[in-house]
Amino acid sequence: MFQVLVQKMFDHLDPVKLIFGRLTWEALPLHVPIVLGTMIAVMLGGLALVAVITYNRLWGYLWHEWFTSIDHKKIGIMYIVLGLVMLLRGFSDAIMMRAQQAMSFGANNGFLPPEHYDQVFTAHGVIMIFFVAMPLITGIMNFVIPLQIGARDVAFPFLNNFSFWMTAAGTVLVMLSLFVGEFARTGWLAYPPLSGIAASPDVGVDYYIWSLQIAGVGTLLSGINLLVTIIKMRAPGMSLMKMPMFVWTALCTNVLIVAAFPVLTAVLALLSLDRYVGTNFFTTTLGGNAMMYVNLIWIWGHPEVYILILPAFGIFSEVTSTFSRKRLFGYTSMVYATIVITVLAYLVWLHHFFTMGSGASVNSFFGITTMIISIPTGAKIFNWLFTMYRGRITFSVPMLWTIGFMVTFTIGGMTGVLLAVPPADFVLHNSLFLIAHFHNVIIGGVLFGLFAGINYWFPKAFGFKLDEFWGKCSFWFWITGFYFAFMPLYVLGLMGVTRRLSHFDDPSLQIWFEIAAFGAFLVLLGIVSMLIQFYVSFRRREQLRDVTGDPWDGRTLEWATSSPPPSYNFAFTPLVHEVDAWWQMKHAGYKRPTEGFIAIHMPKNTAAGIFLGGLSALFGFAMIWHMWALMIVSFVALLAVAIGHTFNYKRDFHIPADEVVRTEAARTTLLANHV
Amino acid sequence: MSDTHAHAIASDAHASGPLQFHLTHEHHSENGTLLGFWMYLMSDCLIFACLFAVYGVLGRSYAGGPSGADVFELPLVALNTSMLLLSSITYGFGILEMQRNRLRPMLVWLGITGLFGLAFLSLEMYEFLHLIHEGNGPQRSAFLSSFFTLVGTHGLHVTFGIVWLITLMVQTGKLGLTTENKRRLMCLSMFWHFLDVVWIGVFTFVYLMGVLK
Amino acid sequence: MPLKKYLRGLLLLPALALLAGCHAVLLHPEGDIALQQRDLIIISLGLMLLIVVPVIALTLVFAWRYRAKNKDASYDPEWHHSTMLELVVWSAPLLIIIALGALTWVSTHKLDPFRSLDRISASKPVTTDVKPLTVEVVALDWKWLFFYPEQGIATVNELAAPVDRPIQFKITASTVMNSFFIPSLAGQIYAMPGMETKLSAVINKAGVYDGFSANFSGDGFSGMHFKFHGMSEQDFDAWVAKAQKSADSLDRDTYLRLAEPSEREPVHFYSSVDPRLYDAIMMNCVAPGQSCADNMMGEPSHGKTLEAAGEHATAAHSGSDSSDDAMAGMDMSSMHTANEPKSSPAPAPAGSPR
Repeated sequence: MFQVLVQKMFDHLDPVKLIFGRLTWEALPLHVPIVLGTMIAVMLGGLALVAVITYNRLWGYLWHEWFTSIDHKKIGIMYIVLGLVMLLRGFSDAIMMRAQQAMSFGANNGFLPPEHYDQVFTAHGVIMIFFVAMPLITGIMNFVIPLQIGARDVAFPFLNNFSFWMTAAGTVLVMLSLFVGEFARTGWLAYPPLSGIAASPDVGVDYYIWSLQIAGVGTLLSGINLLVTIIKMRAPGMSLMKMPMFVWTALCTNVLIVAAFPVLTAVLALLSLDRYVGTNFFTTTLGGNAMMYVNLIWIWGHPEVYILILPAFGIFSEVTSTFSRKRLFGYTSMVYATIVITVLAYLVWLHHFFTMGSGASVNSFFGITTMIISIPTGAKIFNWLFTMYRGRITFSVPMLWTIGFMVTFTIGGMTGVLLAVPPADFVLHNSLFLIAHFHNVIIGGVLFGLFAGINYWFPKAFGFKLDEFWGKCSFWFWITGFYFAFMPLYVLGLMGVTRRLSHFDDPSLQIWFEIAAFGAFLVLLGIVSMLIQFYVSFRRREQLRDVTGDPWDGRTLEWATSSPPPSYNFAFTPLVHEVDAWWQMKHAGYKRPTEGFIAIHMPKNTAAGIFLGGLSALFGFAMIWHMWALMIVSFVALLAVAIGHTFNYKRDFHIPADEVVRTEAARTTLLANHV
Repeated sequence: MSDTHAHAIASDAHASGPLQFHLTHEHHSENGTLLGFWMYLMSDCLIFACLFAVYGVLGRSYAGGPSGADVFELPLVALNTSMLLLSSITYGFGILEMQRNRLRPMLVWLGITGLFGLAFLSLEMYEFLHLIHEGNGPQRSAFLSSFFTLVGTHGLHVTFGIVWLITLMVQTGKLGLTTENKRRLMCLSMFWHFLDVVWIGVFTFVYLMGVLK
Repeated sequence: MPLKKYLRGLLLLPALALLAGCHAVLLHPEGDIALQQRDLIIISLGLMLLIVVPVIALTLVFAWRYRAKNKDASYDPEWHHSTMLELVVWSAPLLIIIALGALTWVSTHKLDPFRSLDRISASKPVTTDVKPLTVEVVALDWKWLFFYPEQGIATVNELAAPVDRPIQFKITASTVMNSFFIPSLAGQIYAMPGMETKLSAVINKAGVYDGFSANFSGDGFSGMHFKFHGMSEQDFDAWVAKAQKSADSLDRDTYLRLAEPSEREPVHFYSSVDPRLYDAIMMNCVAPGQSCADNMMGEPSHGKTLEAAGEHATAAHSGSDSSDDAMAGMDMSSMHTANEPKSSPAPAPAGSPR
């Protein structure tokens, strides 16, 4: 292996090649007007942002308070910001696809040539899963878990910061592919042989591989981190069966992350070896077997969808019981349902490729295990229903998203079970029916859950509620937009239209694509409403201020502390006696302690994470462009910074007692003035 | 274990009058490093599981090239295996010394461990270069691809283990056997023994069964 | 089955209203296999609607009834458990899944694409004297090549078959994965290089149907479609005769030129075909100097003749009749070493003499 690498490196002892690899001016999109325009717009926007930050002298603030912060709350917020920014990118891809498909009929070829369109749908899938849904999920877990279990931070605060910067580094590479070179043209899972070196010799697949590998390291480490946090750092008295439902779902999700992401790492490493070294894992010749890739990537890929949906289920559980002002119905059965889903997540991967010719018994086995997942999922839906039953429901924005979810997700679940019937899948596989199905569960389940969660915990994070009016606008635009955009795809699927087509001949299909494009436009309005919601809320923050720390009359521990919480979360570690710990505290007439404060032991900020992330991005970039000199330099630097960091033994400090006293006294005054 | 501890606190509070809802002293949860590192090892184990599975699928896809029986030199591999096993034993001795808080003997044992590790790597490197020289590199067939990758990944882990070992030797040499350093030594110990276990799998499934055919 | 009829009627109402004015080919196919798959979709949907409709209705009803403003509704903040209800919410989906699971097991075996047909249509069983029409399908970048070994012809981007005669497709690909799909005829199956998949189907009505690749295969993918003609016996014979009159013949050089990437390739016919060509394509050894044996996935060792190697490769499907397949599938190894003749637990040498 080495020999080939070495040989490749020294094949051209041309110093220009050694430094720049295969990167040339050609890689810049100077001849593609759409991309060039985007690039200029992004560069101008970026410059403006830098200018504003510099003008307001915010660099120091950002560096000390955010980038190097190991506070789980700030890291969580950074994850969420990253996810929301990438949602805009992923959605622009989506709207380009909808526009292309609505236009490209007969003589009209639309505005995207195939080689561009193919990158757009690949990037859309990759970005939405890895760089929107994952950061949003991880961000919410990061923010909420320590607060809900009454801890001061996560188990490994530095690792948490490092994980975030690895995710960010992966994001940087994906974004870079838009402007320097190209992204993969293979679909979001990059099946070989199409993603092999013969069919895809360009840098696209390498961008794909390295952005996912680097972000994957972050995801895996944050999974381990949150698992240890939940297992080791719960407040005294919080036994497993007294954990809030969200913590349970997060626990299961992190188990899935730790058990699934290594498989992705392994399979992408094998694909890289095929591409860089010339091995024969997934080639057609010399004994390779491409179906092995498909199996392995789905062994990661199927658990991945449960990684996304389980925390959303947790959010819905919290929201439903809070806004119904009622204890969650069937807590125990919810817990077991979650565990059953976690286990079954590993036994269904083959349903993604029934049509690759496994035997009938294999297909039915995987079809039936898939259907079995709908039993615990169904039980969960019923439990939310009975939580609402005899409740006092207020339709705040989080609750609207939850009800929208219950209706939408049920439809998506039904079409999912239909796809699990192998003979039905033989006609529906890869069709727009399938596209409609998984958007039905991912938008209707994951995204609605995330929006519910963001609206629900926003006051906790920033100290003021989000504006209700624009929140409701956003909800109604999203949900109607969703139905307009995806119901036509179910119909098109039944009309035998397959996915990833950039041009159609049959004019009778066009009307359906036009309806879908209209739906995408409504979704755009939903996203714009959400941005307006953030802006308006920020402007009206004094009216929307939450001084109590408990704006929704919540039930779990995060509402026991102030909004936003102090860096140490809780002045005294809470003692837990019941599932709804804070609800019980309120009802037992709990008085907030106002004296007896002691110094608090906290971890210290560090810049190691951002350096390691930056160097990883550089290393990935060097690998993508075959810049061997830079590759070696960045690798050595990575190693040096990592080892250097281990020589730092002074990673913690004590918040002095009088500072705690000051912080808590300020809150006492605030509460007294507003009650 | 933390649960029972927690319960004890909760019920104590219960017994002594009205329910308490917070601790009045600073709460220190148990250090989770060893648990976290164990989880990391299990995820690493999954990577190896994938590579073993791939080898299981492709291990007989010779594509007209040589089979394991044609290219494996069992005596060499047996020697190599003994190097790694011995290094695990010497690491164990190092840990025993650590527990007795004896820095210098521990460093000596760690040094010996590192040397055994290096010997292992050199032998493996020799085997690889020899194969490549004969025209049986990883590009030759799917069997050889999966062989080189599985064994090479293990070798890469050993390499990082040695880097880590040297780092820790410097750190303990400088700062002594502090709690942190002891914890780090325990982590590396788990890592080192884990690699040993993986190697036993490699030796059995790849080399022994490959030659048996 | 009256239940089946009832359920179909139940579902078809909204579906028909929705689809009036558009041709939903999956709901009106003309091939018996696709028709059975359609029925299965409708029955499964009907079964699931039994639970989905009440859930959606209850969601909306509860949300409305227990709104905070409605002070008439009862409020019971501590009510959170009911064994009876829990039993219902777990067993209701369970019962549906049991029904659906049984249906799945039976239909998956019955409609296995590798299994030869046992009926032409609901009222017409296959008689023993009927010999299926064999068509060998190759997915190229980005067009379809069809071999008719019995007729000795080959066609590009046009497929024809006589009505009511079973068709046996053997399917492979030249470079990347595609999926061979004629929605009106039968469900799809992947076309993969170095492997062979199979599909049994029959068309019940004369007509022209759309066929295409249903798995993304690169930049020319959108144009990778063809027409499938269902014809009477006489028309089919005439179609074959027309192909046989073509001046072109398909030897290896012609094939290599044809296999070069191209988009929207016009239909053309070849009157004669190199008989070994299909097998050579499957084993990726058409070009001079390529050794077929080298490219075998499960090849034991050293030189093998094309014929012998071909036998293993064509067994691309581990037997569908054995019930231990499910378990064999679990260990992954036999799943995708598609050319193992029969599932065996360990990674046994696929081609070794046994």
